[in-house]
Order: sequence, then structure tokens, then C-alpha cells
Amino acid sequence: MIGQMTTGERQFALAMLIALAVVGLALAVAGHDDPLGGHGTLILLAALAGVFAVGSGYHSPEPGEERLQLYYDDPTKAGIIIAMGWAVLGMFVGDWVAWLFVYPELTFDAGWSSFGRIRPVHTTAIIFGFGGNALIATSLYVLQRTSRARLPDQLSPWFVLFGYNLFCLLAVTGYLMGITQSKEYAEPEWYADILLVIVWVVYFVIYLRTLARRKEPHIYVANWYYMAFILVVAILHIVNNLAVPVSLGHAKSYSSFSGVQDAMTQWWYGHNAVAFFLTAGFLGMLYYYLPLRAGRPIFSYRLSIISFWGITFLYMWAGSHHLHYTALPHWVQTLGMTFSVMLLVPSWASAGNALLTLNGAWDKVRDDATLRFMMVAAVFYGLSTFEGSFMAIRSVNSLSHYTDWTVGHVHAGALGWVAMITFGAIYASVPWLWKQKSMYSAKLVEVHFWLAVVGTIIYVFAMWNSGIIQGLMWRTYNESGTLAYSFVDSVIAMRPYYIARAIGGLLFLIGGIVGCYNIWMTIRMAPRTVGETVAGEADPVLAGTRAIQPAE
Amino acid sequence: MFGFHYRLERKAIGMVLAIVGVASIGGIFEIAPLFTIHQTVEDAPDMRVYTPLELAGRNIYIREGCYACHSQMIRTLRDEVERYGPYSLAVESKYDHPMLWGSKRTGPDLARIGGKYSDEWHVAHLNNPRAVMPQSIMPAYAWLSRTALRTNDLGLQLKAIRAVGVPYTDEMIANASADAYGQAVPDSPHAEGVTKRYGAATNVRVFDGALGTLTEMDALVAYLQILGRLTDAAYRPVAAVGR
Repeated sequence: MIGQMTTGERQFALAMLIALAVVGLALAVAGHDDPLGGHGTLILLAALAGVFAVGSGYHSPEPGEERLQLYYDDPTKAGIIIAMGWAVLGMFVGDWVAWLFVYPELTFDAGWSSFGRIRPVHTTAIIFGFGGNALIATSLYVLQRTSRARLPDQLSPWFVLFGYNLFCLLAVTGYLMGITQSKEYAEPEWYADILLVIVWVVYFVIYLRTLARRKEPHIYVANWYYMAFILVVAILHIVNNLAVPVSLGHAKSYSSFSGVQDAMTQWWYGHNAVAFFLTAGFLGMLYYYLPLRAGRPIFSYRLSIISFWGITFLYMWAGSHHLHYTALPHWVQTLGMTFSVMLLVPSWASAGNALLTLNGAWDKVRDDATLRFMMVAAVFYGLSTFEGSFMAIRSVNSLSHYTDWTVGHVHAGALGWVAMITFGAIYASVPWLWKQKSMYSAKLVEVHFWLAVVGTIIYVFAMWNSGIIQGLMWRTYNESGTLAYSFVDSVIAMRPYYIARAIGGLLFLIGGIVGCYNIWMTIRMAPRTVGETVAGEADPVLAGTRAIQPAE
Repeated sequence: MFGFHYRLERKAIGMVLAIVGVASIGGIFEIAPLFTIHQTVEDAPDMRVYTPLELAGRNIYIREGCYACHSQMIRTLRDEVERYGPYSLAVESKYDHPMLWGSKRTGPDLARIGGKYSDEWHVAHLNNPRAVMPQSIMPAYAWLSRTALRTNDLGLQLKAIRAVGVPYTDEMIANASADAYGQAVPDSPHAEGVTKRYGAATNVRVFDGALGTLTEMDALVAYLQILGRLTDAAYRPVAAVGR
């Protein structure tokens, strides 16, 4: 890693890490009587570890000019390994959280292990740790191939990976210490938020600089989605996290918004974190890996255009469907519902485009579990976007909101769509990256596939059942016109479903561990070879999209 | 249209501007007007701010992630109003930075929990939920009673939340730590200042049952007991609530 950097890059890396160490030290001192002090120390240690790593490789020989002839894939390799690490951690904590619903005493009489603190550890480790690292890793891979251009330098991708994972680490350790903004999926406090903004700017600059040097005249569809992911997440993150810290020695801050405006801003953020982090980015992944693995060009170029702009435009209106029947003005609720229903069009256009691409390659879907992961992902994408539009209808939402149905819906998307497409993309790219013909064991990919599918189905069915029962029990009246059930009656009725959910999650977790083993063994088999030459010719499969569907 | 796109997708900056433009429209139309249309938030002249002790309790509620299982937003549905009380108004959370409306009810809604149970019930319930509700699946928060409340920075906390728009006076900020102590120790000389600054109806009492010590349990119970009681706007006839 250090050996591939030029001397100038090594010096710049050292300078930045020393600056980061100073920031960490300052926070540690200023926040010595606050949880912030712990985070300052953590930042200081991370920076010193970085200084040590760069310093120990500082005098290794500089890379030659021949490096410019090769794609720069080491950050992608690292990103994939880190993503799998976060996946196992996040799924493990997720399943632990699930068992807390069955055995609420599993908290050791301590603050750090109670449900409210470890639940965000689960969501952050999965969404940002697993999902985010997978997106960064694959986007850098896809960007180079579809542009036929190398990354602009050796330092900035490592800066992004290091900074991003420091952000994730600050987030999850913070929750355990009680540091949170309480905004769902935007829990990290002000200093972590600032770090993420800096990382994100560098990430986007990598994109622009690589695209500027591309040999392909057109920017491939996958990159539209990756760009929308980066850009819109930046907008959402900055606006929703506007806050005033108590002092520079406090982790705590107060949101700039309050009450109804804050609720709308938060769910504008929350729903579009789903849209642009968990959908757009992973659609980028799908648009690259699925056609390549199937050996078929994307079914329709025009459908890609319609669905891309439909998603980019319509999703941003949909957040208010999280606030039906609340104190949010009625007109905003209605707008959110209307746009959510319209969203079904571009969503199914994407899912349909993916599935129709497989026409002529269904034999491969049968034989190849990697491609089957991607196929199932597209199916779950279609199912959960339908469910989402349905649940956004006000009268449906009156039943589903506040219940486990929402949790089931989220996991149909997160397990069925996000995780499946990611595993598919990782199983496809690991042999490519480490120069192997295939994964260490195709059978273990099959095992992982079935554990993931069965786990997801158990999970989602359990939560559909519990959610609908909950919603019905809360609104059931007896013959004398009073409410039939107390709240705790509904809690008791949930127990079997909570057990089933935890078992489904456990299966999914075991699948993830099997995947890690398989990836590890594949890497171990790999010879130490140089990377792939920057291609002179466009990829025939991806280029085929335009050959088959020329625009007028 | 496709011809135009065929040219657009050859320009990185063009795509960037188009994405930012197209994605910004929804927020501009849905969020910006909420800050300018007066009817969005009702008028409630009797609305008071949280005392320093209640604010500290609210911060503990946030720290422990209580919002992940308890909403504070009663919807305009018959069964919710009958189960929890009058539906929530926007004004009731206008001093909430951030709001804690929540998104999931693993436990019941807490928007009107204030005054519904005694302090003793809350303390017993937080120490061990299954002691008062055998089928509860809530975690125990017994360590709150063992943890002293940090009060030395409450002035800074009030100052920061004033910076985002909550009308705390200089006097409230200057006396924040003393007021937090006084609210939970009724026979101390600091108790009088609390009602003077925050109103005669403010709860001034030993919340956690242990006299003389100020614990996180005091703060959290003080917060729970004020939920839904900062204003009585929700109990007034609709026409009387300023529109």
C-alpha cells in the first residue's frame, strides 16, 4: 500500500495524519470530562497508527511509471475485506438485538449493552460499515473499467477508505458510550459528521478526476447511479446534521431544527438515505455486475434513463409518508403519499430491466449461485419497492406505521436486495481481483445463497405476521365499544414471531460467515501478481448496450 | 428526449448539475414552506421551556435510545386518542431539538405519559420493568439510580439550545446548575428559584425517592413527568387553538 505511493504522496499522507493526530489530541484535551475525550483519544490513536504505517514503508522504493498502465485495485480489495468484516459484526449485533426481544435480561445490568445503544450499532455497521464500504470498493472498480482510465492517484482512495472507516468506528463506539443525535441513521455527532463531509468531497473528486480522463465518450449507467449516490447523500447529510455543539469540548449538539420542521427534515433524510445510499448506489452495482456475469447487455438503455431520472426526482418527495396522521400539515403528507405511489414506475422499470437482461441467460442463473444472488436481489428490489409504495398509502400506513411491519419491510430491502446484490458483486469480483478462475468453493457460495434466502424469508414472514397482528390488536374494539387489548397484550402476542425473526437472522449471519471463509480461502490461493492492464478496448458486454439500443 | 440524454451523458459536469437540480426540487417544495407558513405550528402562549433538570433527563432519554421503541406522537386516529390521549399538536414539540416523534412502538407511546403514573412507579419500572409489568420486554435501567447527574455544564447546554431558538433567559442560563439541584431537592434554598423562573406548576420534588442526591434517575423521571404537559393546547377545543 505505501510502496505504491510516490514520495510526494507519502509526505502528504504523513502531513495529513499528523494534522489528524493534533485534532484528536485537541479533542481529547478539550473533552477530558466528557465522552468526547474518549473519541479524541481514538482519533489520536488511529492517526498515530497511520503515521506508523506510512513511516515504516516510507523508504521503500518508489513505484515505476509502469503502474500507470494498470488499474489501481488495491483500495477495492481492501474495501471488500473491510466490508465483509463490518457485515459479520453488524449481523452479529443485529441478531443479538433480536434476541433481546425474547430475553430482555441479556444486558448485564450495564448501559452500553442495552437495546437503545446497540440497535444503532447494528444499523450503522450494516448500512454504513457493510453497505458503504462495499459501495466505495465496487464504485472504484467499476469507475475504472467503464471509463477505461486509472484512478487519478494512489493517495486519495486510501484517504477515503481510512477516513470513512474512522467515521464508522466513531459512530459505533459513540453509541456504546451514549453519544448520539437520536436522528435515525444520522446518529453520529457533529465532529464525526464534519469528518464524513471531508471524506465525501475527496471521494467525489476522485470520481470527477477519473471521469475527466476517461477513454469512453459516454458515462456508463452504473456511474450515473454512483454519482447520484455520492452527490445526494452529501446534500442530505449536510442539511439534516446542521446543529450547534454545546462547546468544542462536548460531544453533544442541538439540532438546528425542532418539532415538525425537524421531523420533516429527518424523514426527508431518512427516506432518501434509503433511496440514494441503499438504492441508487446498489443499482450502480447491479448495472455493472449483473450484465457482465450474465454475459448479456442491459435489456434497455431507455428504461435505464427513465428509471434513473424517475428515482432521482420522485424519491426526494416521498419522505413525508413516514409522518402520516401526525402533526405534519396534511398537504405535505398527501404529496409524500402521491410521489411514493408514483415511485413504483421507475422502481419496477429498474427491476424489470435487470430481470429482462437475464433473458437468454437463465441457464446461468440456474447453475451459478453468484448470478442467482443478483437475480434474487432484483426480485426483492421489485417486491420491497412495491411494498413500500403500498405502505405509503395513508390508510395502509395507519395500520402498518409504528409496527414490526416496517421492520420487515426494511429487512426485505436490506437482506433481500442490498445484501444479496452486494454478495453477488463480491463473489463476482473477488476472483477477478485476485486473479483466480473462480471462488475457492462454488459449493460454499451455494450454501451461503440458500442460508441467505431462507433466513430472509423467515425474517420477513415473521415480521409481516407480527406487524399486522400488532396493528390490528391496537385498533380492535370489543362489543361495548372500548379497546379490546391493552398494549402489553400485543407485546405478549409477538413473542413467537420475535423468536422466528432471531432464527432467520441467525441463518443470514451464518451465511455471511461462510462467505467470509470462502473469500479468505480464495485470497489465500491467489498468486501475488500485478493488476490488470488498463484496457484498450471497451468491454463488449457493456458496450453492447449501446450497439443494441442506439439512440436516435 | 433520449437524443438529449445521449449528449448529456457525455458530460460529467452536466450530469452533476442535472442530478443536483432534479434532486433538490422535492425538498424545496416540501420543507422550505414549513418554515414560512404560519399555520404549520399552532400558537400556544402558555407553552413553557424545559427546566435544566428536565432537559438533562431528555438528553438521557436520547442517550439511551428510548425513542427506538417509544414514539411521542399520537396520531389523529380514534384508537390512538382513546388509548393515549388527545392527538399531538406541532406546537408541543416546538422546543424539541431534535424532535423525538419516533418511528416504532415496541413499547407504548409516551407523548402524554406525564402525570399518568407516580414517580415511585417510574423508578420501580425503570429499575426493573418486570417488577411492575411481568410480561414487559423493556431493558432494566437500574444503573441510572446509581449514577450521579452531571450538572456543571447545564448552563452551556441551555446556551447552545438557546442558539438554535429556544427562549431561555440569561437568568435561567446563569442558574441552570442550581435549578437542576433545586428541582429535585425541594427543601433546599435553590428550590424556590425553579418555580420563580419556570412557573408555579413546575414539579419540584424528590423524583428518585432518595433525598439529597441528584441522580440520572431524578432527571429522567422529571422529564417523563412533564411529557405532554408543557402546554394544554391539545386539550382545548380546536377552534380555540390559534390557527
